[in-house]
Amino acid sequence: MSARARELFGLLPVSLLVAAGFAAVLATRTEDVSDATLTYGAVFLGLCVLAHLFIRARLPEADPYMFPLAALLAAVGLVLIYRIDAELAREQAQWFVVGLIFFCGTILLIRDHHVLERYRYLIAAASIALLVLPRLPGIGAQVNGAFLAIKLGPIQFQPAEFAKLGIIVFLASYLRETGDILVRPRLRPLPGTSQLLLYGVPAALTLLAILVFDLGAAGSVLLIVFVASLVAVLRERPSPKHFGPLLLVWGLAMLMLIVIRDLGSSLMFFGGFLALLYVATGRLSLIGVGATMFFGGSFFLARNVSHVQERVDIWLDPFKPAVVDDEGYQIAQSLFAQADGGLFGRGFGEALIEFGGTPIIPAAHTDLIYAVLVNEAGLFGAAGVIGAYLLFAFRGFKTAMLANDGFSKLLATGLTAVLALQVFVIVGGVTRVIPLTGVTMPFVSYGGSSIVANMVLLALLLIVSDHARAEGIRRGGLV
Amino acid sequence: MNAQIRQLYGLFALLFAVLVGFTSYWAVVDAEGLEDNPDNRRALIEEQTIPRGLIYARDGRTVLARNRAVRRGGTRIFVREYPRGGQFSHPVGYSFIRNGQRSLELSRNDDLVGEEDEFQSILSGLEDRAREGKDVITNLDVGGTDAAVAGLAGRKGSVVAIEPQTGKVRVMVSVPEYDPNLIPSNSRQIFSDPNQPDLNRSTQERYAPGSTFKVVTATAALDSGKVSPESIIDGSSPKEISGVPLENSGGQSFGAISFTDALTNSVNTVFAQVGEDIGRGTLVEYMRRFGFYEDPELDYPGEQMVPSGIINADGDFVEDGFDVGRVAIGQGGEEGQIQTTPMQMALVASAIANDGRLMRPRLTDSIVRKDGRVAERIQPDLQSQVMKPETAEQLAGMMSRVVEEGTGTAAALSGIQVAGKTGTAEVGSAAQFTQPWFIAFAPVEDPQLAVAVTVEQQPSGSQGGTVAAPIAADVIEAVLGG
Repeated sequence: MSARARELFGLLPVSLLVAAGFAAVLATRTEDVSDATLTYGAVFLGLCVLAHLFIRARLPEADPYMFPLAALLAAVGLVLIYRIDAELAREQAQWFVVGLIFFCGTILLIRDHHVLERYRYLIAAASIALLVLPRLPGIGAQVNGAFLAIKLGPIQFQPAEFAKLGIIVFLASYLRETGDILVRPRLRPLPGTSQLLLYGVPAALTLLAILVFDLGAAGSVLLIVFVASLVAVLRERPSPKHFGPLLLVWGLAMLMLIVIRDLGSSLMFFGGFLALLYVATGRLSLIGVGATMFFGGSFFLARNVSHVQERVDIWLDPFKPAVVDDEGYQIAQSLFAQADGGLFGRGFGEALIEFGGTPIIPAAHTDLIYAVLVNEAGLFGAAGVIGAYLLFAFRGFKTAMLANDGFSKLLATGLTAVLALQVFVIVGGVTRVIPLTGVTMPFVSYGGSSIVANMVLLALLLIVSDHARAEGIRRGGLV
Repeated sequence: MNAQIRQLYGLFALLFAVLVGFTSYWAVVDAEGLEDNPDNRRALIEEQTIPRGLIYARDGRTVLARNRAVRRGGTRIFVREYPRGGQFSHPVGYSFIRNGQRSLELSRNDDLVGEEDEFQSILSGLEDRAREGKDVITNLDVGGTDAAVAGLAGRKGSVVAIEPQTGKVRVMVSVPEYDPNLIPSNSRQIFSDPNQPDLNRSTQERYAPGSTFKVVTATAALDSGKVSPESIIDGSSPKEISGVPLENSGGQSFGAISFTDALTNSVNTVFAQVGEDIGRGTLVEYMRRFGFYEDPELDYPGEQMVPSGIINADGDFVEDGFDVGRVAIGQGGEEGQIQTTPMQMALVASAIANDGRLMRPRLTDSIVRKDGRVAERIQPDLQSQVMKPETAEQLAGMMSRVVEEGTGTAAALSGIQVAGKTGTAEVGSAAQFTQPWFIAFAPVEDPQLAVAVTVEQQPSGSQGGTVAAPIAADVIEAVLGG
């Protein structure tokens, strides 16, 4: 079976899900059954088939599973949003159309993704500008204390969603070039005395610091990993080139924390960077230094930036009487909604979203859409969606592994990693693994910027995939 | 690079497993804990969309709690209304989305919202029947409650009346009361009122029982065979008890006196001696049989009940080391002071009235479906055999004398023979107040009602016989006469 045939078959379960989902929601709303609602599903499927035909024409060898997986996730999102508010679902469907236009546009415009390398500094500058945009007076909009959105007339827009693409493109290109410098041959072992000096002294100092400053368990682990990684890096007598990009991106991430005040998107960007750095250099010590610097910086900011601190406090105890009806309401209600769902959920259309004008699941269509999913589809439904993301990530990384050149590998890895990280940040926030922040759940959450940006991300992945697999076939290898 | 990419994929697989793990924790493992979280109002909200069962007085007609349908947003919900205002606030309580639930509204919530087991809910799903609450018929007597409220006349205190053979609670009045209809708007004010109108003094407040506790001492003494009603004991005053002289009320000296006469005249020195004779172990054992040291076994929320017992200066329950002579007359000291709820004293009277058999107290008579079928009838349930029937008979005779010619004559009724015991505890830092008590049951030959009455912080000189006994008489007359 050809790749494209597999893709078309992959859309079959999506159509089943759309039909079943809408039917279930409709069944619970006996009052306002209308034919219009069912046509949503039909139109959605029609669009997917059109996109499939487009891929068939332009990217015949691209990975056959990623598009159906994205369509599946979008279908889940559409059903959930429709169930929350039919009007929002109509808007979301429109955004899906816009997303598909961008998807096709990207594929038409970028026939070879290597052209992106040429514009990498322009792309980087544009991305950083996009990130700072929400802080500009007049167009910036603060949501829940974070600066993630801008308002242009009636349209609200989340620039970070697009910035993440640009930054990944830049990092992939930059690290392809400088990554080689960072990779160094193994060094000979040092003589005994120097070894004692190099390892013993930092170890003693670290122990002393832990005892003197009375660091907690988390702080101690952080410090130990940091010192160990730093020693490993320093042992290789580094040039400033080693630390240049690392410090730069770390500074950028910290700045983002301060500027847009959002722990979640900072984690997403910096995590994406570390993933790329690791893939480019294969050196865990660099990652150790970077990760500990990020967490150390976050701890510091958590103590000193009130908005971040508040988020962390709520994360640690959302049921405190002082916050449970206030700042902690969202996460507390998220957990209550999940508890209400149980193993199999209450069924589509059955969750309690709002009552008498008071939201029972606040921001149900965006931040907490995963809580709605658990409530209605249960642990099994939610695990299915997480599984779909994992499969998507698998296909994304597979694409990276099949690719032939460094840039393609890094680009596919970065795009996949940043999407997977975004899933972890929002779902982790909703399930209280990490503090809850306001990033969207890719393809599922309501939001035009999110849908459009992620469709572009998908297009880029498919372009890389098409090139890699076409090359593989030319060489006569099996794909 | 491919090795690193593979590792990266492994890391994400791990991270996603963590997500599924946490989801499992909230949705399944800890679901029950989250559902019981008081900040979780989901169940309450869903319950508001189904008509909640009504709560009736014992007559099955007087409505104590009903629903008013209102539209909020697009949904029709039911808001609770309490037509009798504050009169039944303590036994019935309230149920509101924002404020939660209290009293019977809480302890009978599953019935009131029509909670069904798995099998039944499948059946009603097949029949396409909308879920509806079941009505609760209480044992509460409107006339008795009226009489108790009128008798207390605004003074802080409590009246509890129980049907001895069945444990049915006929009256549970605590003054001050609160108007449950005002809870949604004025809860903060009600809950912070220094007079504590939200405190159910019948089950949540402990008082020194004074001489009413002599009935418990007498039960232990008679039932264990230490004394008989005819035993002659020295009632002179003062008398050294635990090394400290103890006086009778007014310093009166009675000389050699029968045990019956000692109860009739509430002679402290006799009961203190008897207490010392029977000892702490026996006294505590009989207290336990009466239900002391445990919450009353009432169909009422546990957080709205406290146990009665002997409590030391640190506030801990003790079963040993206390001055048994003084506890025996309803007092005590640093090492242990007897403290009881009005509900507990009503149970004492009830057990004596029912041949020594203590029945579990019950606010609920039955649970009735909307179509009139009885879903559940609460059957009388023996809690403990406190004493031999002969002992109960002896006590009944002795307590009749109290009302006929002793300290409790104010409780006498024409046509109904009442048995009772007065109590007057001195309270306040300088004993400037009294806590009058009266426990009683009637009619003596075939007891239908056991009552406990107490009034808080009365001016010095107020006696159980003059303040509390008339209220008990009114309640008995209202419940039995009607």
